[in-house]
Formats: sequence, structure tokens, C-alpha cells
Amino acid sequence: MTAPETVVPTGKSGIYMPRRSLLMRIADMRAWLFLVVLIAFFEVWSRSAYGVSFILNTYNLQSISVFATAPLLLALGQTFVIISAGIDLSLGFVMGLASVIAAHVANYAALQLGLPPLAAMLVGMLTGIAMTIIPGLVNGWLIAHLKVPPFIGTLGMYGVARGAAYLFAGGMTISVSNSWYSTIGNGRVLGIPVLVILVAIACLIMHYLLSQTRFGQHTYAMGASQAAARRAGINVKKLTMKIYLLSGIMAGVAGVLYTGRFSAGAAQAGEPLLLDSIAAVVIGGASLFGGSGTILGTVAGALVIAVIQYGLVFINVEPFWQFIAVGTVIIISVLVDQTQRRFTGGRQVE
Amino acid sequence: MSETILSVRNVSKHFGGVQALNKVSFDIHPGEVVALAGDNGAGKSTVIKAISGVFRYDEGDIELDGRRIAFSSPQEARENGIETIYQDLALADNLSIGANIFLGREPMTRLFGFLPVIDRKMMAEAARVTMEKLDFHVSRLDAPVSAFSGGQRQAVAIGRAMYWNARLVIMDEPTAALGVPEQRKVISLIQSLKAQGKGIIFISHNLRDIFEVADRIVVFRRGENAGERIPGETTGDEIVRLMVGK
Ligand SMILES: Nc1ncnc2c1ncn2[C@@H]1O[C@H](COP(=O)(O)OP(=O)(O)OP(=O)(O)O)[C@@H](O)[C@H]1O
Ligand SMILES: [Mg+2]
Repeated sequence: MTAPETVVPTGKSGIYMPRRSLLMRIADMRAWLFLVVLIAFFEVWSRSAYGVSFILNTYNLQSISVFATAPLLLALGQTFVIISAGIDLSLGFVMGLASVIAAHVANYAALQLGLPPLAAMLVGMLTGIAMTIIPGLVNGWLIAHLKVPPFIGTLGMYGVARGAAYLFAGGMTISVSNSWYSTIGNGRVLGIPVLVILVAIACLIMHYLLSQTRFGQHTYAMGASQAAARRAGINVKKLTMKIYLLSGIMAGVAGVLYTGRFSAGAAQAGEPLLLDSIAAVVIGGASLFGGSGTILGTVAGALVIAVIQYGLVFINVEPFWQFIAVGTVIIISVLVDQTQRRFTGGRQVE
Repeated sequence: MSETILSVRNVSKHFGGVQALNKVSFDIHPGEVVALAGDNGAGKSTVIKAISGVFRYDEGDIELDGRRIAFSSPQEARENGIETIYQDLALADNLSIGANIFLGREPMTRLFGFLPVIDRKMMAEAARVTMEKLDFHVSRLDAPVSAFSGGQRQAVAIGRAMYWNARLVIMDEPTAALGVPEQRKVISLIQSLKAQGKGIIFISHNLRDIFEVADRIVVFRRGENAGERIPGETTGDEIVRLMVGK
């Protein structure tokens, strides 16, 4: 064999990178676009049917934002899980479990231990949230160490948490009479519901974690390629445990706030919210294959769902239309995502 | 002969009954590209895995700068200046070049003087400087690497090794998945690593690539040394004969 004939290319070899087109940028922001379109739709309908504004209405704004809080809290944790290429199906009943425990413990602390309302509420809330460490860690352990697929592992936990929540509740709703709980759940500060303020703070913290810390960065890396993350020295098992722990804790926060809002603990508190949480993340632009998604998108996704649900009630159509509307938005959103992927050449490592 | 970066001495490794390596030896010096050649199953991947800490070797010595090493993880090898570039790249596709270079070792800075945040500006700047050294001029540093071609992605992996100042860069079939122009590009990247005085172990089944880039060709046959040749003093036919043992 003789020396090769090909000349080694030298000189400038720029990486060709087309600027993202306007269309792509709009596709990135599609959840906010949906939101604007929906609000415009309800605004027009409301003005022509009732002659009043839909969105320039404090009561409506408060209702929609309060409506969005619980699914959004679940969706915040779910965002991390979905970006890591997982799914957490247990969130709804983990939330119910936390809600029941927060109610029971607050009652016990007030009635048996004689604690003042504020202390009783804090003890109830902390216990309810602390409880969710168990399902979170078990989910993470099943998935990270025992290699159980997330769908199956968290489906098992869905059953366990559901049973535990109903058992703790004794099959009933646990009512609480605690002035602090109702302040947290229904109070306002400068006209803004306390719940909304708390959830906004949670959003900021989650946005920080996801976009500015190593934990968030590694979550994205792991979602794109576990092998790449592992070879880069990231402890993927520990990371997985942290992600499911975080998602369990957020469900716990949702649960104890539910107890505040309704002055009651209920096992089924989060039952209808699980699918809403996944829908919010997907509408927000995350891919169920992992590796993409943002908190900002998830917030928009949760608002889209809340506007649809509240808006349809407001314009007085059969509430069942909300399922059709939310379902349609999910499908459109996934179609936009796939089209976008095709155009930007989302290369998959084989 | 100049100092030695890595010295592999009589290293053996067996998997159950299979003797994957039987007393193999070779050296690598700064600025030198050593090609490992051999038929399928000759033990090429096994020896680099022993070097890079994927598993431990049974017998013999591997010395880095005269110090015996037996790393228990690729992470440990990397901390000691040995970067391995895998054929399937090991990049996170959704992240930028900078984020990939720093994956697992992200630099932090403080926002408003107290809030720790990832220093993306520094990552982007380091990515730009590193990629320029490799003669890649990136127009958008925040683009995910999925937007790049196979050869460009290989350059990112090589850039990562360069940035972390690896002394020894190991490449197991880095051109196998690439088209011809991209293979050329990787060969030129190897030459620029070499120009920076790094030691390089290069595994390939492509004799033309080997002849083009290697300073020495170490031939393995069934886990043993079958010969060592200088490209200018041998032919492809001879290398193939050493590989198959005729
Ligand atoms: N983890 C392992 N467990 C058992 N046997 C192994 C393992 N890794 C390698 N071997 C065996 O060791 C021998 C050498 O394999 P190795 O992968 O080093 O060959 P190679 O030279 O890299 O071949 P190729 O060119 O096909 O990549 C083979 O017989 C292989 O089957
Ligand atoms: Mg091999």
C-alpha cells in the first residue's frame, strides 16, 4: 500500500448553521400562541354573547390562575421527569396521600396536642410533604437501580399510593377547620390569591433548577443520552433518584395546598390532574422521548388547559367539550413538535 | 527517543476462558500516533479499555509518565489526562458544543453575587476557542450538536479531549460511521492533536487511514503482539499478513 492520494482538507471549514427561521421560533413558543388564540376566542365569544370582557375581568383572572395551580404544581415535577425521558404516573395519588396526611396531622396536632392553628397547619403541611419522600425515592430506586421502566414502576406506585391514601382517609374526606389553612388556600394579598403567589414562587425555583444548575443541565443530558451522561462522569442513578424525589415532593406541595383550598384532605384530590400534568408538559413543548422542555413552556401549557376548562364553563357550553378541546390541543402540539424535529434534523444516536 | 507518555508492558486479560490479551506491549510518545491494527477479536478494544479504566487488567503493567496505573473507572482515567473518544460519540445531542465539552464539569458563576448559576458565557467562549483550534468556525454556539454532521460531532468530541488538556487521546474506530469527506476531516483533526504534542492511540480497520496518520503501527493477532512497523518501511500487504498470521 502506498501513501494515500487524498489531500487532507485544511483551511476554513465553517460549520454551516442556518439561523433558526421565524417559523421555528414561533413553533418553539407554540404554547403561548395557543394561549393567546384561546383567550382571543373566549374574548370574542364573551363580548358578542354577553357584551362583557372575558379576560379583563379580575374574577375570571383569579379563577383561571387558581384553577391552574394544582395541575401546574404536578406538571413542574413532571417536566423534570419527562425531560429525563421518564414519566411519573403516581403523582395524582401521591398528591392525594399528602392531602389526607396534611389534614389528619393538622387535626391531631390541634385537637390532641393543643397546638395553635398556625403551628398545627405547619406540622400538617410538613408531614404531608415529608411523606412524599417515600414514594419519590421508591420510584427512583425502582427505575435507577432495578431498571424497571418508568411507566411500569410509577404505575405500580400509582396503585400503592392510591390504596394508602384511601386507607389513611378511611374512605372518607377528612375535613379540617383551621383558619390558617383557609388563609393559605383562599386568601389574597393585594388582590392576588395566596395560592397563585406560592405557585409562582415554585415556578421560579423550578425554572432556576432546570435552566441554571448542574442538576438541570444533567437532566437534559440524561434525557438525550444516558450513555453520554454516564461517560461524562454523571452519576445517572443518583440523578434519577433526585428527579423522582423532586416530582414526588411537588405532588406533596400540591396535596397540602389542596387541603388548604378545600379545608379537607381527599384521597382522590389529584386523580383527574395526572393527565393534565402530562398534557401541560407536552403542550409546553417537551418531547416524551426526553431531552427537551422548559418550565416556561409548562406554565403556558397549564394555563392553556385552565383557560379551556374555565372558558368553556364561562361561555356555558357542555363541560364535556373541555376533554375534546384539551385533547385536540395535545394532538396539534405533538404534531407541531414532530414536524419541527424533522426540519431541524433531530439526529438520534443509534 | 523522547520521553514516554504511556507504556504498556506484558499486559494480559482474560474473560472466563477467553484469553483476550496475552502479554501485549507497546509505547506511546508525545506527538505520536500509534495505530492498533488487527483482525476482529484481536484484542484492540480490550487493551484500550484496560488503559482507560473500563475494567482492570490481570497481569503486567501500564505506566503513565512512569507511574503504574490501574484505573477503576473511565472517570478516573479522564482525571489523569486520558480521554477516550468512542465510536458512537457519547455526546448529548440536545446540548450545545460548550455544554458537551463541559458535561459533568460545568463551570459555575454567581448571579447578583450570591446565586450559583452555570457559566454559559464561559462555556460558549471556551467552545469557540477550542473549535477554532480545530479549524471549525462555529457561527452559532448555542445550537444543539444534533444540528451538526457526523464529522463535526466527532470534532466536538475531540475538542472536549483537547479542552481538558488530555495527554493521551484514545480513539476506537473514530471514522467507522462516517462518509469519506468526514473521514478526511477526522484524520486532519488527529493531525492537529498530534501537532499539539498529545499521544494518540488510533484504532481503525481502514489501512489507508492508518498509513496516512500513524507514526507506528502495532499489529495484534489473537491477543498477542504480532509485530510493529513504521508506515514508510512497510506495505499494506505486510500488515495484513501480520494480522492474519501467514
Ligand atoms: N466483556 C467481554 N466479555 C467476554 N469476552 C470479551 C469481552 N470483551 C472482549 N471479549 C473477547 O475478547 C476478545 C478480544 O475482543 P476485542 O473487542 O478486544 O477485539 P477487537 O480487536 O477490538 O475487535 P474488533 O475489531 O472486532 O473491534 C474477543 O474474543 C472477544 O470476544
Ligand atoms: Mg473493537
